[in-house]
Formats: sequence, structure tokens, C-alpha cells
Amino acid sequence: MAAVTSRGAVRPGRWHVAVWALAALYFLVPLACSVWFTVYNSAQGLSLEPYTELLVTEGFTASLLLSLGLAAATIVLVLALMLPAMITVRLAAPGLRPVLEVVCTLPLVIPPIAFVSGFGKSLAVGNELLAPTPFWATLTAMRSTTFPLVLVFAYVILVLPFVYRALDAGLRTMDVRTLVEAARNLGASWPHVMFRVLIPNLRSALASAAFLSLALVLGEYTMASLLGYQPFAVWIVTISGSKGQMSVAASVLSLVLIWALLLSISGISRKRASK
Amino acid sequence: MKRIIGALPLLVFTALALGIPAIAMVAGAFDRGMGNLALTMQGGYLLALLNSVKLSAVVAVLGAILGTFLAQVVVRSRFREAVLTASGVLANFGGVPLAFFWVATLGNSGMISSLLGLPFGTLFSFWGLALVYLYFSIPLMVLAIAPALDGLKPQWREAAMNSGASAWHYWRYVALPVLTPGLLGGVVLLFGSAFAAYATAAAMGAGTVLPLITLKIAAALSGDVQTGYESVGLALALDMVVVAALVMVVYVPLQRRSTRWLQ
Repeated sequence: MAAVTSRGAVRPGRWHVAVWALAALYFLVPLACSVWFTVYNSAQGLSLEPYTELLVTEGFTASLLLSLGLAAATIVLVLALMLPAMITVRLAAPGLRPVLEVVCTLPLVIPPIAFVSGFGKSLAVGNELLAPTPFWATLTAMRSTTFPLVLVFAYVILVLPFVYRALDAGLRTMDVRTLVEAARNLGASWPHVMFRVLIPNLRSALASAAFLSLALVLGEYTMASLLGYQPFAVWIVTISGSKGQMSVAASVLSLVLIWALLLSISGISRKRASK
Repeated sequence: MKRIIGALPLLVFTALALGIPAIAMVAGAFDRGMGNLALTMQGGYLLALLNSVKLSAVVAVLGAILGTFLAQVVVRSRFREAVLTASGVLANFGGVPLAFFWVATLGNSGMISSLLGLPFGTLFSFWGLALVYLYFSIPLMVLAIAPALDGLKPQWREAAMNSGASAWHYWRYVALPVLTPGLLGGVVLLFGSAFAAYATAAAMGAGTVLPLITLKIAAALSGDVQTGYESVGLALALDMVVVAALVMVVYVPLQRRSTRWLQ
């Protein structure tokens, strides 16, 4: 500590450089190794084949489309549930706010693997209980592997904390009560208030909520694999045994794409904020 | 009733989609009285639980320290936005991909392991897995501590310096006490996320050398079809929820205290 105690003996620049270098080493070496692993093999030398071949490999398009579909359904459902709830809490029932906060933090407390164990169990029990009733067909349809609606329900729970935080940040920046009262006094109907007044003001918060959900659903493995479905992340693991290069290529691509997506979103919302 | 009608769909939905599984889990865990829970507290299951706790604790402490240093460098740099976004990606969405990154790097036929001549299975040992878990834990700490670091006002440093304090004095007597709740909160948060992590370990194919509780649950739920194993899986899940709830009980007050200086 002697070097640090005398003021200015250690210029801040030097340890900053050291931290940057170590962090770059730790975070970029695995990434670089993975990229190298995908483009090089001892038989052919350098080739981009794993990346070009991805598109035509069996299961890639199907699993990616399933993931995108699940993500779209999750986003629509979670926003349809959360927006009215959060606006209600701000306008009419502030007492409900702590309840909403707890509900939206719970998914962070419950590990996904614990959640899915209970989820799977309740699906199995439901299957038995509903077998003699007409609802059995409904449940079976919701569990179909082509589009498992039950997975959407689980994902909505999973993304609640992220969506809550994003929407809360957006609602903080505007005076919901004044806007709504002004619009209502001018004779606007509730749907009009919602779609023409509130939602346009929340555009960047909605976008970040949607993209966080998209990223989360695209990368989700635990619940999908244990419930026996095969969206993108599960597919990557499934092919890793037979096509190692390709699974690493898909991993690299998906992380870089999600990062670019989120970075562009935060760039857009910052530009708006500075205007 | 009419006032809360807008919040009703959400509350009903979570009561169903979160409540029913929770009831099913607890009911399943207790379907033979205390038998299932007793089973999870012995032999291989207890070992897995202890491994998970040990691994998460090591990762939490190391991740919090390293993440704070990195965050301090990042928050005032030009690359702030890019690094924070990348941290968000690794911390929340990494799961499967980062497992493959490390397998390609330090796995049994990974590039660096063959360069260094590491023995077979190094990556799947305790410290190997800790190294992999830090890959999402350090970014999580960067995200968690960045607001607290932003809250350190330059005036405090100037005041300290003008009163004759050295940089060491400033950090020891001004900055660190303000950061302490945030740092401890970060440790707890990292513990919780490492404890709950399943995808990474599963995608790596870990578990042969170092059994973890998440892997045991998955095995009990899917692999072992013998009767009774499912309820043991549910009992293990209940153990996890109890640990996670304890973590939250510690975390929430710390989080409150750490935001006190941020206004």
C-alpha cells in the first residue's frame, strides 16, 4: 500500500490499463477461441462452412422460428397483462403497488429449475384430472410441440421482472395522471387514451421491454429442455454432440446479435432522452 | 373492485401460472411426509447441495471483487454503454453459449488446454466451473454496482483531498463505507444467480466430477423414471427455493441501504 498512500504515486491511468487488459484477456480469449474453433479444422484449413451450413441444417430454421414465435407471443401477452396493471396502479390503486412489486420480483427469487419442476408436475396432474373432461383437449393443444402455449405462460412469468423494470422506468418519465385526465376531459375513450396517448409516450420503454423479453426467450434453455420442447437454445445443445463446430458457431452468432440488438436499442432511447 | 380491474388479469395470471406450480411443488415434496426432504439431506444429494453452495459462495465473493474493479474502470470510460450492454447479455442471456465458449477454450480438446497441456477434465473441476461461472457473475456485478459507483460524487473526493486525505484515505474512509451495502448486496445477488444456474453446467456436460443441485434436480425429473424420484426432485427444488428466499431476505434491506446515497 506504500505506493498508493503517497498521493499521485500511482497514476490512475496505469491501473485502469491493467484492469482493461485483464478483462479483455478473460472475456475475449474464450470468444476468440470459439470463433477460431468454428472457422478452422485440420482437414480443410480455414473455412466459413459452419456458418453458411447453419441455414440448411435440419432443425435450425424450425427451432429458430419456434423461438421467435414463442418470443412474439410472450411479448404480446406480457405487455397486455402488464400495461393495464401498471397504469391502474398509478391512477386508481396506489395501494396495490407493493403487491405488484412483489409479484414481479418473485420470479427472480425462484430458480427457473425449481419453477419448471413445479410447472411440469402441475401439467402432469392437470393431464390426469382433466382426462375425463372436454378441457383435456384444450390442455393437450396447449402442450403441442409445434407451438407449446404452456411454454409461453412460463416465459411470461420469467420475463415479468425485466418488463416491470423497463415499463416502470418509462412511466416515471411522464405524468400519467395529468395526461389521462386531460385526454378524458377532452372526450377521449379509454382505448383512445391507451393507444393514442400513453403508448406513443412509452415507445422506448416498450421497445426495451420487448427486446429484453426477446433476448431472454431466445436464450432460454432450462424450462424448454425439461418440459421436452426444442426451441433454439435446446437445439444448439442437441447438435453439439454430432456437430460441435456448428453449435459453437450458432452460440457466437446468437450472443453477438443479441448484443448488437440491445446496444442499438439503448442508443436509440438515449438519443431520444437527450433531445 | 372496479378500481383494480386493470390489474386483475395480471394478478389472476400469476396466481395461476406461478401459484399452481408452487403448490404442486410443495405438495409433491411432502407426498411422503418428511421422507423426501430427509432424503435430500443425505448422501449424494447433500453433497450436491453443498457443492452448489460452495461454488456459488466462491463465485460470489470473487465476482463481486473483480466486478467492482472492472465497473470502476468502465463507468467513466468511453466504452461505458457497449460494456454495460455486453454485461447485460452475458449476465442474463449467456447460459448455453458461454458454456460452449469455455468448452472450445479450456475443454478437453479446447485450444488453450492443448496449448498448456492441461490434464483431462480440468474445466469440469471445482475451479474450472468457478472460472466459467465468473464469466456471467463478473458482468452481473458490473451491472449491480455501476449505479452505486455513479453515485459517488466528485465533490466528496475533492473535499477529502482538500482536507489532506490521500487517495487511500478517500477510498478507505469515504467511498468504501458508502459502497459497502451495495457490495454486500452484489455478493448476495451473485450467490443467488450462481446457485440457480443450470443451463451453463448442463450444456457443458458438467456433473460427473462436481455434482450440483440443479443437475440433480434435472436428473431426478427427467432421467430417473423410477417411481418416487420425481418427488425427490421436487423436494430438492423446495430446498433451492428456501435457500433463494434466504438470499432475498438478506438482499432486499442491503439494496435499500445502498440506494440511500444515490439521490
